[in-house]
Amino acid sequence: MAILINRNTRVMTQGITGKTGQFHTRMCRDYANGKNCFVAGVNPKKAGEDFEGIPVYATVEEAKQATGATVSVIYVPPPYAAAAIDEAVDAELDLVVCITEGIPVRDMVRTCYKMQGRKTRLIGPNCPGIITPDEIKIGIMPGYIHKKGRVGVVSRSGTLTYEAVAQLMEQGLGQSTCIGIGGDPVNGLKHLDVMQLFNDDDETDAVLMVGEIGGSDEEDCARWVRDNMRKPLVGFIAGMTAPQGKRMGHAGAVISGGKGTAQEKLAVMEACGIKVTRNPAEMGKLLKSVLR
Amino acid sequence: MKIHEYQAKNILREFGVTTPRGIACFSVDEAIAAARKLDGGLWAVKAQIHAGGRGKGGGVKVAKSLDEVKQLAGKILGMTLVTHQTGPQGQVVRRLLIEEGADIRKEFYIGLVVDRGSRRVCLIASSEGGMDIEEVAVRTPEKIHKVFIDPVTGLTQLDAYGIARKAGIPEPALAEACALLQGLYQAFDGTDASLAEINPLVLTAGDHVIALDAKMNVDDNALFRHPEIAALRDLDEEDPAEIEASKYDLSYVSLDGDIGCLVNGAGLAMATMDIIKLYGGNPANFLDVGGGATAEKVTEAFKLMLRNPKLQAILVNIFGGIMKCDVIAEGVVAAAREVKLNVPLVVRLEGTNVDLGKKILAESALPIISAGNMADAAEKAVRAAGSSSAATVRSTVAAAAAAGEA
Repeated sequence: MAILINRNTRVMTQGITGKTGQFHTRMCRDYANGKNCFVAGVNPKKAGEDFEGIPVYATVEEAKQATGATVSVIYVPPPYAAAAIDEAVDAELDLVVCITEGIPVRDMVRTCYKMQGRKTRLIGPNCPGIITPDEIKIGIMPGYIHKKGRVGVVSRSGTLTYEAVAQLMEQGLGQSTCIGIGGDPVNGLKHLDVMQLFNDDDETDAVLMVGEIGGSDEEDCARWVRDNMRKPLVGFIAGMTAPQGKRMGHAGAVISGGKGTAQEKLAVMEACGIKVTRNPAEMGKLLKSVLR
Repeated sequence: MKIHEYQAKNILREFGVTTPRGIACFSVDEAIAAARKLDGGLWAVKAQIHAGGRGKGGGVKVAKSLDEVKQLAGKILGMTLVTHQTGPQGQVVRRLLIEEGADIRKEFYIGLVVDRGSRRVCLIASSEGGMDIEEVAVRTPEKIHKVFIDPVTGLTQLDAYGIARKAGIPEPALAEACALLQGLYQAFDGTDASLAEINPLVLTAGDHVIALDAKMNVDDNALFRHPEIAALRDLDEEDPAEIEASKYDLSYVSLDGDIGCLVNGAGLAMATMDIIKLYGGNPANFLDVGGGATAEKVTEAFKLMLRNPKLQAILVNIFGGIMKCDVIAEGVVAAAREVKLNVPLVVRLEGTNVDLGKKILAESALPIISAGNMADAAEKAVRAAGSSSAATVRSTVAAAAAAGEA
């Protein structure tokens, strides 16, 4: 059943009354089974109103009780976004997808601390979201470029993920689920967590992993893959040409103290038996080549 | 955002961290007055730039007389300091910190960073002060000690004592070191810092501990709640192109190649740089126009790239999602007209409304080189840059020849 979300998932939007929240809630509702999936919005000041027929509740807890939604997507502005995640965690939702870019790292450190031992999973922040093609999309990716299939995609980026998907489509390969885990240094699910889910998913045959400079998520994932992964996996790391010490757009994309380089990540991935390409135009072809 | 040493020390003092007394100066006269005010017979004259490695580069000196302060201040102010962090072009010194001299018995390293793996702030301490900590970590990892800090309790006294003791701070100075570490953490937490480093922390002959140097970076995303820190931004320390870019909310980093890149999305922008390099070219910049680029933003992005005298070609790589290709195409056409584009322009569009976007480009009658995919785009941009630079060489040679004939 793909991973994390499917056509039966029920979703609430936190920040549904803002411009971004409205726009993307509409796009998500209009995608595949979205009409049945997007069932609630949250805004304490606009409780009792509705957004194009989607009822707005004062709190996440109320929205959950009233509609049975177990997933939330967050478009709340950066100063309040971490508190929005906290609220969803306290309401014991299954999954929170936080799109918001620009949340202070200190807020995320506290939020991740509070999430320890709780059931809620977090995707993002600063991410495009998650899509199970032809069933449901939760986030800001263009739905129509995807097609249902059996390749899983996990990435720290937005448009580079769309590029990867387009290359898969060129090879005639649809996707089981595509997840953008976000470009922030302190975030929720990491490559490794998503890889475990894909490994256990009956509808995923192979995985395309798109990483970028900064941190050691990709290396951690590669070591796990070496010992546990039962499916073919290919990878690409963006930022081969990035200079040290400079933040490349994403808050988390920075090589510090010589650590987190693309070269280092690719070397570890290769040493762990993962096929990688250094050419971002070859991601789709490489994936196709490893399919059994 | 980076701040200067003297600014970091001002913040640290507010949180009870002991530093040498010091005064920031912008001229030689101010430096002499500062040394007089600080009194004593020993002063440190320290260049204030945002890069590390100032000592090795000749930007930190000790003066034993007011005359020497004058002489050193005159030498350091205005000098172009080259360190391993400034790049070969160096950084001009515009500010000095004059500090009272310290009596140093031993040096330690203390640092705070956000550890991505554990999602916590990590306190690092080492007996190997005054050295490059990354090198220490590689050569003698056993001399690096870490504590991962619980964000709710903060740095506990127990943990502070433990790590100070492991780093080799002697018993008589432990209580003071422990208070300093807790103050440092509070400063880090209270200012939304992303890095705080004291290298070296010194132990004096009298068993006191002092932050002899200080470096702090603050999380850009949190500046909205620290206007007093945002005000410390020193534009002289930043790349003019990057300052210009930040006015238009463009994410831009200057590089040393000759192919300008305009891309939507940070990951795709990095991948575009990478593929240019892979096809034998060199990217001139990283430029992410973001998700909501308007025609105006695209125009400003073009102007920014064209300020670079080395520029030989521009590659626009857009994957339209929410952002529509026709909107980008209109922006590109408007920008190309407005800025009088004088280098080849390669455009690759994909995604939402791509056909409409391509039509707009084709009908513009501008000499735009259209590319079908990323590889095609990179190949064409590299070739265009090559012939464009060859043309520059030819015209230069021709001009030289003409000058010779005259």
